[in-house]
Amino acid sequence: MSKLDLLREAIRAKLPELDLVLAWGDDAPLRAAPLFVRSEDDLTRLAHPALCVTNGAVYLYTLRSKKIGLVVKGCDSRSVIQLLQEKLVARESLYIFGLPCDGVIDERKIGQEITDAGRTVSLTIEEGRVRVRTTDNEHVLDLDAVLADRCLRCRYPNPLIYDELVGEAIAVGETPQEPDDLDAFENLSLDERHEFWMETMRRCIRCYACRNACPMCVCRAHCLADSRSQHWLSLETNVSQKWFFQVLHTLHLAGRCTECGECERACPMGLPILLMRRKMNKEIKELFGYEAGIDPTATPPLQTFSIEEDKIWEREL
Amino acid sequence: MSNLDRAELRIIGFLCNWCSYGGADTAGVSRFNQPTDLRIIRVPCTGRVAPLFVVKALMSGADGVLVSGCHPRDCHYSEGNFYARRRFEMLKRFLPTLGIEPERFEYIWVSASEGGRWQSSVVSFTERIHGLGPSPRVKLAMYDERLVASAL
Repeated sequence: MSKLDLLREAIRAKLPELDLVLAWGDDAPLRAAPLFVRSEDDLTRLAHPALCVTNGAVYLYTLRSKKIGLVVKGCDSRSVIQLLQEKLVARESLYIFGLPCDGVIDERKIGQEITDAGRTVSLTIEEGRVRVRTTDNEHVLDLDAVLADRCLRCRYPNPLIYDELVGEAIAVGETPQEPDDLDAFENLSLDERHEFWMETMRRCIRCYACRNACPMCVCRAHCLADSRSQHWLSLETNVSQKWFFQVLHTLHLAGRCTECGECERACPMGLPILLMRRKMNKEIKELFGYEAGIDPTATPPLQTFSIEEDKIWEREL
Repeated sequence: MSNLDRAELRIIGFLCNWCSYGGADTAGVSRFNQPTDLRIIRVPCTGRVAPLFVVKALMSGADGVLVSGCHPRDCHYSEGNFYARRRFEMLKRFLPTLGIEPERFEYIWVSASEGGRWQSSVVSFTERIHGLGPSPRVKLAMYDERLVASAL
């Protein structure tokens, strides 16, 4: 049985006990959309795992009063664990189908490989290859060439939390290695980094897709970015306001961001905003030895303190 | 050391009401001489100071931000400065990612009796900021000259 068939049967078995199951459906050819499975009929729409890009954990807080099933990849499971750490979701209200993942397709990369991706009729995934049929052409692409960047540096292909594992776990090396692709940014001077962010945020359209796609953003209607009683941001369309929103979001995610990459994936302008969050996570890792979304019993470092801090020394001016 | 000798820079200070504001008051009562660049904002506790306050101040044109509170273990509210210490250390390490000199932000612990130490901290932080000069890039961000210029 293929992984998709195994998943279908696993969900079918549990569906009677659950209010709904969050999986992925094949609505659009280039990327699966979130699928809310409420009846067995919905199961015919399940999408191929390589297209299941979105992170279902973003719905968990809104649906916290229901008993729901959730299909998670490794990266998604980290978001679930982080929500559990912060007690935003109860473990008893979740049934987690763990889906070991060897990478998802980045539709932007398909768009870079072929010029008529916008006219895609169907996409099929074969052994190591992707066949894209457009209205006028048929293209065969290497699967490795169109996998998302974050999948190329994935350290957790197997979910870290689940009630049942769908399919075989993927073999990993002994210790997941830290990716080292931040060198290009780290070699920039302070001036160049500032310039980088100004040029990046100049193209931002303040759609807040990054915020809306983030599983850790539970503030919803009370988001500080929209608040007028605390006037952090104005609606002026200048670069500094757009930049400040990214800083606000990153600082609010300090010690909480699991680098699921949804923010960057959701951005309609393709801005490299995951970079800011990854740099923040690097500092958190050095300071507190903490990685978000790994241990459900841990506490996020900025939500607690120690009386003596190993890495923080008093400074004299 | 006054505005008559050299142009003042804008340094924002977030001082906790109990220890540091008291310490600044002690320095004042003892009539210690200090540069006048520092503009003090009194907060109940450094635990109330979000890292965003610092970034907003820098973005709005501050050349430097100094946060001062009770010594760890002496917080008037017991734990506020423990949280603050973690947040500010995180922020200090994060500022270079944004392209902002981390030396423009400092956090210190000054108690209410340490008037002399307050004075010397203010003097050395002000000297440090003058050494770095006015903050060019964040003021630019504030006025968005390039965006306006490119639209013309």
